[in-house]
Amino acid sequence: MNESQTFDEMWGREQVLRSPYERFHEWFEGEDIARLRAKQREAEEVFRLTGITFNVYGRAEAEERLIPFDIIPRIISGREWQKLSRGIEQRVQAINAFLYDIYHRQEIVKAGRIPQEMISRNDAFLPQMIGVKPPGGVYTHIVGIDLVRTDDNEFYVLEDNARTPSGVSYMLENRETMLQMFPELFSRNRVQPVQTYPLDLRRSLAACAPGDVDEKPTIAVLTPGIHNSAYFEHAFLADQMGVELVEGQDLRIVGGKVAMRTTEGYRPIDVLYRRVDDDFLDPLNFNPDSALGIPGIMDVYRAGRITIANAPGTGIADDKAIYSYMPDIVEFYTGEKAILENVPTWRCSEPEALAYVLDNLHDLVVKEVHGSGGYGMLIGPTSSKKEIAAFRDKLKAKPGNYIAQPTLSLSTVPIFTQKGLAPRHVDLRPFVLVSPAGIKITPGGLTRVALKKGSLVVNSSQGGGTKDTWVLED
Amino acid sequence: MLGKTANGLFWMYRYIERAENTSRLVETGQRIALTRLDSPDDEWHSVMQTAGVAKAYNRSHDAVTKEAAIDWMLRAKENPSSVLSAISSARQNARVVRTALTHDVWEAMNGCYMALKDVLARRVNERDLPAVIDLIKERTALVRGTTQGTLLRNDIFNFARIGTFLERADNIARILDVKYYVLLPSVYSVGSSIDNVQWETILRAVSARGGYRMVHGSQASPRDIAQFLVLDRKMPRSLEFSVTKIRDNLEYLALDYGERHRSHELAESLKQRFTAHDIDAIFDYGLHEFLQDVLGSLNELGQQIEKDYRFYE
Repeated sequence: MNESQTFDEMWGREQVLRSPYERFHEWFEGEDIARLRAKQREAEEVFRLTGITFNVYGRAEAEERLIPFDIIPRIISGREWQKLSRGIEQRVQAINAFLYDIYHRQEIVKAGRIPQEMISRNDAFLPQMIGVKPPGGVYTHIVGIDLVRTDDNEFYVLEDNARTPSGVSYMLENRETMLQMFPELFSRNRVQPVQTYPLDLRRSLAACAPGDVDEKPTIAVLTPGIHNSAYFEHAFLADQMGVELVEGQDLRIVGGKVAMRTTEGYRPIDVLYRRVDDDFLDPLNFNPDSALGIPGIMDVYRAGRITIANAPGTGIADDKAIYSYMPDIVEFYTGEKAILENVPTWRCSEPEALAYVLDNLHDLVVKEVHGSGGYGMLIGPTSSKKEIAAFRDKLKAKPGNYIAQPTLSLSTVPIFTQKGLAPRHVDLRPFVLVSPAGIKITPGGLTRVALKKGSLVVNSSQGGGTKDTWVLED
Repeated sequence: MLGKTANGLFWMYRYIERAENTSRLVETGQRIALTRLDSPDDEWHSVMQTAGVAKAYNRSHDAVTKEAAIDWMLRAKENPSSVLSAISSARQNARVVRTALTHDVWEAMNGCYMALKDVLARRVNERDLPAVIDLIKERTALVRGTTQGTLLRNDIFNFARIGTFLERADNIARILDVKYYVLLPSVYSVGSSIDNVQWETILRAVSARGGYRMVHGSQASPRDIAQFLVLDRKMPRSLEFSVTKIRDNLEYLALDYGERHRSHELAESLKQRFTAHDIDAIFDYGLHEFLQDVLGSLNELGQQIEKDYRFYE
């Protein structure tokens, strides 16, 4: 057998079954394809009835869509996970230290490790946060680290999500669905549980409550409303934590606290897990046109009387231009080399880098610094000459807006197709909770999978699906 | 509980009740059309009037036809009280209050919406009408059943019930008011077959034929029908029953929250109106006038509940 270009997580490069998949494979060999096809349809029915949907903006008719779910689990060994989680913990610690520093003394700039203008000229930097100390000293209460795999022992961080990472409800519902549909698979494999996440989240948020709050702080989830693409997740998390799901119009400032309008009058909130962007948080302090936010919440925040999770201004840490400095950031704050590698990144703001990128567009992936969701990017190897030429003009016009990375050969994992198993590219987003009590990483996370053969785009907005992700107890 | 949540529960259950009542009216209309050979399409006008959707229909249609009337009541998007609109609104509200609902209630609601959206995507064939009506009843009954079976008996349940019975009382009062003239004493001496059909319409429209027979025997008299639908304490779709349920659930809220509001007074005085009078006194006062008073009071009560429990800012 020839060595394959791509690393497959079930079959490796040389078509030899890898050990985490042994028991799964045994099971699969004894399964009837027709039964599995029925199971795949059954799963879709479950998702539709539960309402696990996301909204697509600008499409009235197909307002709610399902993210396709694939019934084949992605399996990671306990040993592999241990190394990953050490790297994730280190990175998340560094991100929090970096945020504190950036909004206080800016030692990292003084030390010459990051250029001043990367901070001061960055839209994600919030001057309103300078000198503010968030309750418990935590900036990123919830983080999602996007990882890709390229080989047996090779993981890269593709992106840090330090603002409002989404997708955790899929991690939980995917597992729930698998438990219902394939109980026998869980008897054969010892899979580390993910179901404690909502309780862990609640505990973690409670531990970050303002200092003057007693042991039972009031927590609420802030959503932009039912038309938001992730509304299902907001309602799901509020429900699972047993806390209120509020919108801006339910809140106002009463007696120096943020309070929610209940049937019995206004009740104060201590911790707000917000799923709205910084810009829409406070029309008095940020975007004056926002109808979503709570006028004056930033003043309450600066007075230390509410915890906002994640803290405003954390976007500076997951900005794609800052990303390229992450190895330095990790080393600067932890004193150790980064355990998880960054994808090599060319900053197009630098003339030498720009020249290289322009010469090698057909080999590179070029991304907008502030973009997300897989929009506005160029994947050189799969783009036409015309597309590349058009992109070249955009890049030349505003080089500072872009970074470029080599096209990684992402690992594949089998999905279930009409004909049986077939390999597709995946990434992985583990979820991390941060509180003064410590950092907690849920074993597993959200695996996104490109359902089209050969495609590297896993974003749900562009036809990607999800899978249950198992971390085995070795 | 958030004021917004109370609001969402209230309206979710109002809309479910409305969908069910509308489907029952369609069923009644169809029944009359099939059993009365001389029945003109005009009868559909009266059916739409009882559903409170006739005016809007006339604005967008030149004539009343059976097909158009059924379509208007079952699936017209421009008609906010059509079954499809009401179920969509109920489900929209359920999404807003999802954290207050049990998994069972949510799935029943979402399943109801998915099933009805599907069968009401196209015009309903006359041949399929009975099955569609059955499906509407079945699906809304599931929501009601899971509500009864799984919701905690706390403020969540109380607001759901208040919404249900306010809508029900409003519907019954409206049905009676549109048809009140056939129930008047001056008419029942006439005893023509036309009136008999009208009475039957009224009983059918509120699923009360069986109940009526059990209580009053097979002889239908307008006085007894009015008594049954306005004052009977055991008939779950009588005005007195609905108003008592509203009052009771408001009282549970007061107990729970330790606070009384103006809406409690309004509900109590509305309820008194049904205890203080018998049906003859109501006929003396004027059935139409009485029903108009009740409709006005229900409206005022609804608005007062919104205020007292801070549904809106």
